[in-house]
Amino acid sequence: MPDLVNNKVNSYQKQKNKNEMKKQVISFALMIFFTLIAFIIVGTGSMEKMFAVPVLFILAVVQVGFQFYYFMHLKDKDHEMPAVMIYGGVWAALLTIAGLGVITWW
Amino acid sequence: MSHEDTLNPEVMPNEPEKATLEGKNKFIGLWFFLGGETVLFASLFGTYLALKNSTNNGPDTQELYGLGLVFLMTMILLTSSLTSVYAMYHMKNNDYKKMQLWLAITAVLGLGFLACELYEFAHYITEYGFTFRSSAFGSAFYTLVGFHGGHVIFGLCWLISLMIRNAKRGLNLYNAPKFNSFSLYWHFIDVVWVFIFTVVYLMGKVG
Repeated sequence: MPDLVNNKVNSYQKQKNKNEMKKQVISFALMIFFTLIAFIIVGTGSMEKMFAVPVLFILAVVQVGFQFYYFMHLKDKDHEMPAVMIYGGVWAALLTIAGLGVITWW
Repeated sequence: MSHEDTLNPEVMPNEPEKATLEGKNKFIGLWFFLGGETVLFASLFGTYLALKNSTNNGPDTQELYGLGLVFLMTMILLTSSLTSVYAMYHMKNNDYKKMQLWLAITAVLGLGFLACELYEFAHYITEYGFTFRSSAFGSAFYTLVGFHGGHVIFGLCWLISLMIRNAKRGLNLYNAPKFNSFSLYWHFIDVVWVFIFTVVYLMGKVG
């Protein structure tokens, strides 16, 4: 085992890490792309408010999905507990927003 | 085998950040913390949405916000998220020097973001007289965006102390979980920013 001497990662693992990095760079490119679309929609004023708001929101959710699943590895195995934590947080967050919305506008 | 040897194995495991019990606990604990942070920011977002039209005759969202600076800030923070991914990539390849380099780039980008935000706030205060106390909109805006900026400041302090404290140690199973926790936190800051630029700035500009 020559790897043992200089404490290096074996080539199989290295290739695996490289492939993972490639996916992350692709998700970064997509995130930049979604951001550009969002800014173009608002910057050019090409969309009516009624459509622009939900489209902007969906673009944000998709971007955050990439951030969670690729950058933060939520897609990998052994991420059941983190998923429980973060979706629990998201659920409570939705309830909070809904509650504040109801007492304000209803 | 002493404790020190356990933390400095001859062959680094594939996931050094989760190879020890402490590492596993840090990983779960940080996600738990992020779940709580989600709720914290949700309550600030809800407050902002409820109060953003209470301008007290001051500037409203459409007058106040400019897209250029926000776009720049978004690009800076998004890129810093990628650079911390690169740092974790080099951590998994057990390349400590490159990890430190990418973390340093992340810190510089974080500082750049912070500088833009300070400029933005100063601009609002001096040009528009839009302060924390000028209206309910002002209070809600500075609380939400300022809390995010505060998280960036905390993240930078965390990162810089980690880098200095471990500068001469090299990567081992003791500090790998620490670097990984920081990178998860930093990604989460970017997640919050995505909602801030969408809900506060872009939707504010739409009306």
